[in-house]
Amino acid sequence: MASVRPTLRSFLPFAVGAPLLWALQQITPPDYNIILIAAGVNIVLAVSLNVVNGFTGQFSLGHAGFMAVGAYTAAKISVALTGLDLPFVSTAVSDQIGFAIALLASMVTAALAGILVGMPSLRLRGDYLAIVTLGFGEIIRSVIENMKFLGQATGLSGLPARTNLVWVGVSAIATVVMARRLAVSTQGRALFAIREDEVAAEAMGVDTTGYKVRAFVISAAYAGLAGALISHAILLATPRMFTFIRSIEVVVMVVLGGLGSITGSILAAFVLTIALELLREFQSFRMVAYAILLIVLMLTRPQGIFGHREIWDLPFVRRLLGGRLVPAAAGPAPAAPTQIRDDSTAGPKGTA
Amino acid sequence: MSANPLELKSVTMRFGGLKALSEFSLQMAPGELVGLIGPNGAGKTTAFNAITGVYTPTEGDVTVAGERVNGLRPHAICVKGVARTFQNIRLFRQLTALDNVRIACHARAASGFFDALFLTARYAEDEVHIRARAEEYLEIMGLSHRRDEISRNLPYGEQRRLEIARALATGPKVLCLDEPAAGMNAAEKVELMQLIRSIRDRFGIAILVIEHDMRVVMGVSERMLVLDHGVTIAHDKPEQIRRDPKVIEAYLGDAYLEEKHIAVPVQGGGETA
Repeated sequence: MASVRPTLRSFLPFAVGAPLLWALQQITPPDYNIILIAAGVNIVLAVSLNVVNGFTGQFSLGHAGFMAVGAYTAAKISVALTGLDLPFVSTAVSDQIGFAIALLASMVTAALAGILVGMPSLRLRGDYLAIVTLGFGEIIRSVIENMKFLGQATGLSGLPARTNLVWVGVSAIATVVMARRLAVSTQGRALFAIREDEVAAEAMGVDTTGYKVRAFVISAAYAGLAGALISHAILLATPRMFTFIRSIEVVVMVVLGGLGSITGSILAAFVLTIALELLREFQSFRMVAYAILLIVLMLTRPQGIFGHREIWDLPFVRRLLGGRLVPAAAGPAPAAPTQIRDDSTAGPKGTA
Repeated sequence: MSANPLELKSVTMRFGGLKALSEFSLQMAPGELVGLIGPNGAGKTTAFNAITGVYTPTEGDVTVAGERVNGLRPHAICVKGVARTFQNIRLFRQLTALDNVRIACHARAASGFFDALFLTARYAEDEVHIRARAEEYLEIMGLSHRRDEISRNLPYGEQRRLEIARALATGPKVLCLDEPAAGMNAAEKVELMQLIRSIRDRFGIAILVIEHDMRVVMGVSERMLVLDHGVTIAHDKPEQIRRDPKVIEAYLGDAYLEEKHIAVPVQGGGETA
């Protein structure tokens, strides 16, 4: 019994989040709805990419490729499952269950693609890894572009409208919860060790190759989820949605928020999505503004908005919290010498 | 009964035409303190790298607690029971002292990714256990008060100690220290010698020390090996090594004589002439 309780508690964020999201879905007008969905999808993408680029320090540029795998998988499955009326439930519920299956399948296939891409390419580092992952992302896209049953360049259209704020929100919560729980666990620390010093990590018993692949696969799975969500929001899956520009957009969000900072990724994903939407009327100048924003940020704050810290590790936020110390993952503890700070009991949880 | 924690049988490392290490043999009993010295480029670090799996020996065998470990990756060899420190400190610089040590406990953790994701009991147990263990090693190294400090902000001597704490936390049978006294002042060196001995006494593990500082290595080791151009030229107790003409010629030379304030006859002769 006692061993089941914390596991049940691990679903708490969803139990709290889902009703709120449902309420939000009811009150937002359709125009804003799609923007919020886009923002939520970008949060899934940015936070999951952060696991590889931020936590593990491996520069991947192939996120869009995994999105594509997820999008097409989910598209095929949800189309097949539409109209498959499950017994005992209404058609609407049956369709939602079908979509849940499609989402899970998209994560699985994207994860498999992650293994295929990760195994050979994670032997490389830095720029080389970036180029190889970029290449693989493009390969995935052009393979899809040439497959008849995936609609080639026109893609798959007429997908059922399944994505709503609840699905997107729950997915975003799932991604953030995953990243946060990873960050405070021994698994996550192994990833940080790889980022900090690969040779030392290896010498301290961390299977660096194994963990790099694991991080890559986890990240790919969530990218697949994001792809599935966005394709069922715009009811379309085409190769053009998953070019390397899309990958770079996500990298920009991660870098902007701060490599390794979950809250940074969330904030950057949200703000950039909204900002791009507001700039829509300026069309091509959008990208110019984007570029300028990046240049300014890299000049003034090369470590990103939050660095590799979380929002509550920042000095002014700490002051706001009134000295109520949140267990700092990496923040320099401001001169608290041998004060007894028994956060050992609070250590392993860390989400909420 | 049980096998020696570390045994090297005529290990040879070749890099192309260069024999960086030839026929290097070493047996370490539990609780033994062995020094490894030699001039620059003698093959000391190569020997270390062959033991810890950075290189696979071209010939010969490395066995850890009776198990042959040639060709295993460093992380696997670490799990078998070999821990090391680095000549130029390699801490996880942006992480806290505590996290540095906690990472070293990772290899022995039972919980996986899904345990962390679903907050299973196994995960909670692991985290509590790892934290307690890490705190213990920080305490032993006198670093408890630095627990939450980012490791790169620690003073140099403490960084060295943190590296040793981290190595110990992997639960080794053999601890390899690569120039632990490098960059330390005289007082820190004396402290270090005491520390190395107390680690040995407390954990009963074998310790292999590479060191340039003669006073440290002579003072601390019970047995010494001297390498020159990859060849073991002497293997004896420190007192004997001190007198071995081959060693003095190859390595100790003037620096050692000066340090010991032994009159250098050549200079005196030069003056009278």
